Amino acid sequence: MDDTLAGLLQVVLLLVLLAVCHAPLGDYMARVFTSEKDWRVEAALYRLVRVDASSGQRWPTYAAGVLGFSFVSIVLLYLLQRLQPLLPMSFGRGAVGPATAFNTAISFVTNTNWQSYVPEQVLGNTVQMAGLTVQNILSAAVGLAVAAALIRGFVRSGTDRIGNFWVDLTRATFRIMLPMAFVASVLLLITGVTMSLRAGVDVTGVDGATHTLPLAPTASQEAVKMLGTNGGGIFNANSAHPFENPNALSNLLEIFLMLVVPVAMTRTFGTMVGNRRQGTVLLSVMGMLWGALLAVAWFAETHPNGPATLAAGGALEGKEVRFGIPTSILFGVSTTGTSTGAVNSLHDSYTGGAGGVTLLNMLLGEVAPGGVGAGLVGILVVALVAMFLAGLMVGRTPEYLGKKLGQREVTVAAVYILVMPAVVLLGAALAIALPGTPGALGNTGAHGFSEVLYAFASAANNNGSAFAGLTVTSDFFQSALGLAMLFGRFVLILAVLALAGSLAEQKRVEAGAGTLATDKPLFGVLVGGTLILVAALTFFPALALGPLAEAVA
Amino acid sequence: MTTPTLERDPERTVTAGGPVGAGAFRPAQLWASLPDALRKLDPRTQLRNPVMFVVWTGSVLVTLDALWRPTLFGWLIAVWLWFTVVFANLAEAVAEGRGKAQAETLRRTRRDTVARLLDGTTTGATELRVGDRVVVEAGETIPGDGDVVEGIATVDESAITGESAPVVREAGGDRSSVTGGTTVLSDRIVVEITTKPGESFVDRMIALVEGASRQKTPNEIALTILLAALTIIFLLAVVALQPMSAYAGAPQSVVVLVALLVCLIPTTIGALLSAIGIAGMDRLVQRNVLAKSGRAVEAAGDIDTLLLDKTGTITFGNRQATELIPTGGASTRELAEAARLSSLADQTPEGRSVVALCAREFGLAPEASADEARAEFVPFTAQTRMSGLDVDGRRIRKGAASAVLAATGVRSGEVDRLVERISDEGGTPLVVADGERVLGVIRLSDVVKPGIAARFAELRVMGIRTVMVTGDNPRTARAVAAEAGVDDHLAEATPEDKMAYIRAEQEGGRLVAMTGDGTNDAPALAQADVGVAMNTGTAAAKEAGNMVDLDSDPTKLIEIVEIGKQLLITRGALTTFSVANDLAKYFAILPAMFAALYPSLGALNVMGLHSPQSAILSAVIFNALIIIALIPLALRGVRYRPSSASVLLRRNLLLYGLGGVVLPFVGIFLIDLLVRLLPGM
Repeated sequence: MDDTLAGLLQVVLLLVLLAVCHAPLGDYMARVFTSEKDWRVEAALYRLVRVDASSGQRWPTYAAGVLGFSFVSIVLLYLLQRLQPLLPMSFGRGAVGPATAFNTAISFVTNTNWQSYVPEQVLGNTVQMAGLTVQNILSAAVGLAVAAALIRGFVRSGTDRIGNFWVDLTRATFRIMLPMAFVASVLLLITGVTMSLRAGVDVTGVDGATHTLPLAPTASQEAVKMLGTNGGGIFNANSAHPFENPNALSNLLEIFLMLVVPVAMTRTFGTMVGNRRQGTVLLSVMGMLWGALLAVAWFAETHPNGPATLAAGGALEGKEVRFGIPTSILFGVSTTGTSTGAVNSLHDSYTGGAGGVTLLNMLLGEVAPGGVGAGLVGILVVALVAMFLAGLMVGRTPEYLGKKLGQREVTVAAVYILVMPAVVLLGAALAIALPGTPGALGNTGAHGFSEVLYAFASAANNNGSAFAGLTVTSDFFQSALGLAMLFGRFVLILAVLALAGSLAEQKRVEAGAGTLATDKPLFGVLVGGTLILVAALTFFPALALGPLAEAVA
Repeated sequence: MTTPTLERDPERTVTAGGPVGAGAFRPAQLWASLPDALRKLDPRTQLRNPVMFVVWTGSVLVTLDALWRPTLFGWLIAVWLWFTVVFANLAEAVAEGRGKAQAETLRRTRRDTVARLLDGTTTGATELRVGDRVVVEAGETIPGDGDVVEGIATVDESAITGESAPVVREAGGDRSSVTGGTTVLSDRIVVEITTKPGESFVDRMIALVEGASRQKTPNEIALTILLAALTIIFLLAVVALQPMSAYAGAPQSVVVLVALLVCLIPTTIGALLSAIGIAGMDRLVQRNVLAKSGRAVEAAGDIDTLLLDKTGTITFGNRQATELIPTGGASTRELAEAARLSSLADQTPEGRSVVALCAREFGLAPEASADEARAEFVPFTAQTRMSGLDVDGRRIRKGAASAVLAATGVRSGEVDRLVERISDEGGTPLVVADGERVLGVIRLSDVVKPGIAARFAELRVMGIRTVMVTGDNPRTARAVAAEAGVDDHLAEATPEDKMAYIRAEQEGGRLVAMTGDGTNDAPALAQADVGVAMNTGTAAAKEAGNMVDLDSDPTKLIEIVEIGKQLLITRGALTTFSVANDLAKYFAILPAMFAALYPSLGALNVMGLHSPQSAILSAVIFNALIIIALIPLALRGVRYRPSSASVLLRRNLLLYGLGGVVLPFVGIFLIDLLVRLLPGM
């Protein structure tokens, strides 16, 4: 079968799978976050940690919960890495260095999963399983909890309570992430993903010499790596490694896993606000964006210039031949459109156009369809900004879902919109200005700059994928990217929770003929337009010096 | 509750040019306001507007740079950046200047007035205290706001309202309030002053039109925050660009970076924002409505529910004869003749309308003939509840059904049924009898103003519910409501009912507007989100409302809502336009900055601009000129036609969004054609 046709069939199959699954999953998640009943295991846990599950929290309390929990998680994960020699199943791998441990702890707790180390050489099974896999689940659960709190802000009327963080976290873990991850692990095992507690296996290579192939508890971590839009590989080669992603079937399954929860969240949103079309409109914007970026990247990769790629018939440098161009691109666009950051090909080796697409996908704020919870939150904030301008243009104080967008709402939305560009632009500018940086770049010129811009875009958006050419082990990059991840995650969460609080306090106004319908295509156009315009205007100069300069060359 | 008796055509469009309206924008105003605009270059003034402060700072930087390393290009950019700041100041100054001229007229009346106290001493109008009693006689100007406590007079309020017809002001009741600056035409009244010096109606009006008491409104603040956020984003983008360019090997000059920054930040809306707000208030003043705060004007655009008094707003003030229905075998002509005779001496509006109907439909003489004038008229009394006349031995009577039937002793099922039907339909039946014989029934109806139903349909499209408030019984109310096409009505409404209705609407998150004039309207006026008090009303009502309509025209509420919407739309449209403009500016400036470095980026120069310098200068010039070009639009407000939200959005997105993307491409291209002729470009 022709490569392109195979790719198209996979895209169709993926879309059908998502279409089938998103409604039941979305409705199920809505029930999880609205149900009054606790499971017995949850109730026992609440008693143990002395949480009153029935009491709602004001937004500052909720935020304190998120920050406190995440801070403790970072400290524990840092200690696990630093104390690795004392842990079982470490295979003699020593303590992780402080800069790397700092960066990695932040990276996994913020759902970024940026990796500045080679996992199979640096980490043993205990840190992988008790540290990274646990954070893969919990960081995704935090994302879901924050999204649920924001949706409640729209739903509730005249209250200062936006839910209980501990309850949301527990439910997201026990009722959503764990069961789904279990099923996904089994499916991955069936496709051939490995699962082993041994350090490795000795094989005799074609050269007759004996090599040790590292092994790891892959399937269990792979499932939640994709499902929670985490992206941190258990092997350095990530999803290009045959143990993590052995064949086309596992590849498609992994792409499906990273898209399914963010896509279903739009349904959860629609169900919770009592009008499913509200969710459908947002999903269409996400889908259009994803489709458009996929098309551009696909075109760029199949229409390369340069004698080598022309002879090969396509840009195959940095790609696994068992996946080929279409599914590599499909994976690349999906991993940067969600906050996953897993890779099955080297984005660094993409053509200027396709590399620019993966970068742009993150710079749009990752809303196509975005990270678990974070994607929905991101597009809702953009929708608020779009509604603010549109609301003025129809001659009313702007409102969205019956909530007026006043000074407080606009302020928080402005903070949300500002943080990511600020971190990316200032971080990249500072990094490129430092005398040591040119030595750390894998390339010179425009492409070298793209590597730095990509690193900060990836960190600030909690993506975690890399334009791998850049060497990021220096203390500067470890700390700067660590801070970028922290700001990109927690300042945004604070803004979102403040927004949820201020929305919940308002009375909900019924929609009339004078209010703009937000469940119609026109609104979708508006949100999509705002999204693209804001990102384009913010990053046009930076992109012009990086991928754009490459692409038009 | 009293109802104003002023009758107005609801379709009347008020054009500019009242005594305090400034009229249309004239280019000459730009020159006149230039000194004010230059005074506003003070950085302390600039700080209030974050967007323009960035431009101001950029202008200083570029000027210093041009002084240090003089180049023609540097100086040209510096000059045009200063123009940008001055043009923004000019927009505000023009808007304020229109108000200042109006204020000066008002202030003159204020200063020259002498107050005569009850004890005979005189004092300046500005010295009056609350509680002072002053005497005002024919030909004198009332020195301050107050209530008439003694006497009755006709007053010319045209200085305030622009309405030349004099009004009656008398002690006690709902017509006791007078406004300082108006003139007594006849008689003598004693006025008790009710406002402190400096807080009178005229004082407030002066402050208002001058923009002195102008505070930013909630929406304006929210928009300013959003604009500040955009400015910060672009500031970051430009600041970060320098190290990036340096790495690429093409560090940029301060002049170019500042030029890029100024072109990107939303200067167009930043420059026009305050002018839009001032002009919005001015448009209200031009329609003779005085808003006590900008907040109220904004709230007007948000109104979901309009409470409208039936009388005077929906119907003409008086019931009028609309139909003659004969009974008992009488002919219509016979009934008409008797009805006319019975009403000839009846000078009530109802009586006159009967005569008018007979004249219109049956060609009967509207005036009494000499013979008829000799007849003996029987006036209406509360006891008989009938009126009529005795002529040639005939006793012709007209009146309430029960009274006339009792007087004639007739029992007629036909008449009873007719009377009941007319009542059911919201009319008032008057029975006409000649001696012992009942001739028929006159139907008096509330005449719904022509065009009002269409107006309400328009409001419905805008998403606004109309509620008719009336003291009539439920049957009558229902009939009038159906004819006028209101969405809901309140029959036999007491002030408490009105208040409860407003509260219930607000509970549901809806904003309510109403008009009122009586003292017992005051609580509801205060509770409503927009309460428009009639100028003819009591001081309490005027105090409670957040707007006063100097024309006392309750229909104007609809115009007020439209002005509020227009204000918000103008802001939204110009913001969209401003941001959409950036795309073209990028296409002009980025290739200019980097084409030397990456020649392939020259492909972005889609406008084919002459040289890097001419491209940057053209973008800066366009950015400055567009402010001047849009001043008239900011002052006038964008065109607003009542329609649904999605229609409005589609139109404005196309016009200001898409237009905002396209126009600067054309504009910058054209400016470049001229700029390239300059030496060194």
